Amino acid sequence: MSTVLEVRDLSKSFGGLHAVQEVSFDVREGEILGIIGPNGSGKSTLFNCILGQLVPSKGQVAVDGKAVTGLRPSQLNRLGVSRTFQLLQVFPQLTVRENLILAGQEHRGSRLRRLFGARDAGLTADANRMIDFFRLGHLAEEKAGGLSYGQQKLLDAAMAFMAGPRLVLLDEPAGGVNLTMLASLKERLQAINKETNATFVVIEHNMEFVMSLCTRILVLAEGRIIAEGTPEDIRRDPKVIEAYLGH
Amino acid sequence: MSDFFQLVIAGLATGAIYALAAIGFTLLWQTSQTINFAQGEFVMLPAFFALAAMKFFGFPFWAACLTSIVVAVLLLGMVFKVVVVDPMLKQGVLPLVISTIALGILLKEGAKDFYSAEAQPFPYIFPDVMVELAGIRLSLSQVGVMVIAFAVIVALQWFLGRTRTGRQMQATAQNPTVARILGVPVERMIMYTFLINAGLAAMASLLISPIYLAKFSNGEHLGLAAFVAAIVGGFNQVRGAIAGGLLVGIVDNLAAAYVSTGYRQAVPLVLLVLFILFRPQGLLGRKEERAV
Amino acid sequence: MTAASKKRWLVPLLVLVAVLLVLAPVDLTGLGLPYPGLKRYGTYIMTLWLVTAIAAMGVNLIVGYAGQETLAQAAFLGVGAYTTALLTKAGMPFGFAFLISGVAAFAIGIVLGIPALRVQKHYLAFVTLAFAVLMWLVFRNEQWLTGGVMGISDIKRPSLFGISMRPYLHFYWFVLGITALLTFALWWIIRSPWGRAFTALRENPVRAESLGVDVRLYTLLAFAIGSAYGGFAGALYAPLVEFIDPNPFALAPSFLFLLMVVVGGAGSFIGPFIGAAIAVLLPEWLRFTQGYYLLIYAVLVMLMMAFCPGGLVGLYLRLVAMLRRQRVSA
Repeated sequence: MSTVLEVRDLSKSFGGLHAVQEVSFDVREGEILGIIGPNGSGKSTLFNCILGQLVPSKGQVAVDGKAVTGLRPSQLNRLGVSRTFQLLQVFPQLTVRENLILAGQEHRGSRLRRLFGARDAGLTADANRMIDFFRLGHLAEEKAGGLSYGQQKLLDAAMAFMAGPRLVLLDEPAGGVNLTMLASLKERLQAINKETNATFVVIEHNMEFVMSLCTRILVLAEGRIIAEGTPEDIRRDPKVIEAYLGH
Repeated sequence: MSDFFQLVIAGLATGAIYALAAIGFTLLWQTSQTINFAQGEFVMLPAFFALAAMKFFGFPFWAACLTSIVVAVLLLGMVFKVVVVDPMLKQGVLPLVISTIALGILLKEGAKDFYSAEAQPFPYIFPDVMVELAGIRLSLSQVGVMVIAFAVIVALQWFLGRTRTGRQMQATAQNPTVARILGVPVERMIMYTFLINAGLAAMASLLISPIYLAKFSNGEHLGLAAFVAAIVGGFNQVRGAIAGGLLVGIVDNLAAAYVSTGYRQAVPLVLLVLFILFRPQGLLGRKEERAV
Repeated sequence: MTAASKKRWLVPLLVLVAVLLVLAPVDLTGLGLPYPGLKRYGTYIMTLWLVTAIAAMGVNLIVGYAGQETLAQAAFLGVGAYTTALLTKAGMPFGFAFLISGVAAFAIGIVLGIPALRVQKHYLAFVTLAFAVLMWLVFRNEQWLTGGVMGISDIKRPSLFGISMRPYLHFYWFVLGITALLTFALWWIIRSPWGRAFTALRENPVRAESLGVDVRLYTLLAFAIGSAYGGFAGALYAPLVEFIDPNPFALAPSFLFLLMVVVGGAGSFIGPFIGAAIAVLLPEWLRFTQGYYLLIYAVLVMLMMAFCPGGLVGLYLRLVAMLRRQRVSA
């Protein structure tokens, strides 16, 4: 089982504010790693540094052994890393199917060939498969802006998986989703993890969601890792309890 | 060598005027994400207000200048914000950009059609006599321009740094969202920046029109000078706009002497391109985080 | 109206429009129809409309689809016009000059775009502004090349398969054909995955980037292609007016291109044609206002931006939606 993601001594400071301090961890293929921590612990900043949204002040990130520190998000995406967003980011003017085709098209052949090739870059079948998998079938032709919040969340997740990524970073996937939809989302994520052996890293506040979905958990507080282990270990770790209660 | 110094000093004088135009432009951008493509016309027009006051109402020059500033602050500050900017902000950035472009055309054509297409002489605030200071021959009006412009800039800096309202304005400029959370009356602060911009533009107009003559087409050159000054300065703080304005003024003046008249206008533009290529954060700007 | 039913009447409509455009300047009284056609000036206006529309299409790609701002389209027109004028006067065939005009504009677009797009969003507007003024200065000053203020005169119209395009009717059809080709090319681009990428980067560049859409590269491409269309328009403009000087390629006309695209409806396919028609016809319609027309135009643009930023196409769509709602509730 190979290491898909390696983070070494990652640090990010904004002036005097040290958001992330010397964070190091590995993620193995097929794992579902959860990252939790109180507000302001640096989870989002860590994500953004890994994904190229921000340039780290120090440290390295490697995907499948290849150094990717400081690459732009589109470059990372083409190396097999994708993400979902905390605040919904679907394309409201495009239909559900169009959103999915967009999510996959940059991985199909060269840019030039795509200009002269088929309108859908040959992705209609894959998009339909994704629509079925996430049970959005009746909405395929709807403009994404007209979907409910929960449906858009599912679409967001589906878009992250369109290109068959190696590594998916999910930023608070459970935020604002009702219980039924949440169960459905969790089940779909577990299914796709089993089917494709894709590796997940999940930031979440919803403890229930994280504990039941993730195989391993990291706890961040004030920019540093304070605990690491299985959900059971973390639940009982006194340092973790203190970090949350202390805030 | 004294020729060179003379040019530099003259450049500082026009540069100070450009700085006034650039400061307001930068403040508008920082506080309300407004790119005012009509800024050049904002600097062209107040001179015409003064001329009209003198011609049609018989005002003495000093009263005409005051009237011009007041009218500018009202029309190009308050009315501009309430009637043009506020309704547009809801529609997005592009409609606002288009509106300011259209406004610029409107003001330009308005000056041409309702006043005159001919260049109008404009009185100097200080008489244009030569004096000698430390071995350098200068025009008294240049000295006067520098004194007034620098006085205005110093007053503005004092206002922004030392008064409560000024600090609130700075907070709004740095980060409107955070400022709102901290209880700063952001909407009022934004209105103040519009009023200040109009006031600074009017001052710039009164100071530069004696040199360039009041002409409806001045806006193009003045607007470009303001844009270049703001960007070269770094586009994210007032001090940058001042530095940028002075640099553009000096470069512009040196160009007048050393570059052929055909390409004189090109020099500030080349300056702009060089900065965007090699130092996009400007003279005093901070290196921006990845914009994506 | 579903997508399928829309397609059914779209093709006949296009055929009708094509026929109308071909026949518009023709005197049909000989065939027994009460339509005297357009004379020389009317046909010239229609040809000018087509040339303007090509340039407007380019601006629409940059502004309406990729969400950027360009203040240099008139300068690119100038690049195309002077290139074509000089090459054809040197004996080169028009087709070659036409292509070079577009390629040159494209190349310049790439060179301008690369530094500007590395920085903040609005910097492209300022770079294009600087370029527009610089280009106009070059046109005006380099007398040995461009004829300076005197310009270049006696620009010949080309011949196609031995038939001269000099008669105004022939030239109109020639330009109509080229416009159709360029329109088709743009339609193809926008329908392709590239068009989807442009929409994505306009609506949500952060998300687009995270999906592998190289936002910088696509923005650059949109800008370069849009500018190339300006070059192509210029290549046709030179033989249309047969004499060029720096005036039409100054900064103010660039502003007008931006305005006309937004007035027509930025981001819609037909918007540039409508905007171009207004821009070309406005001086004619408002001739009675004796030169105030630019002022009135500016006021109208501002009002439109306040109440209907989608332009005339947007207004039409809004009316249709309103009528449909009324019919449903009735």
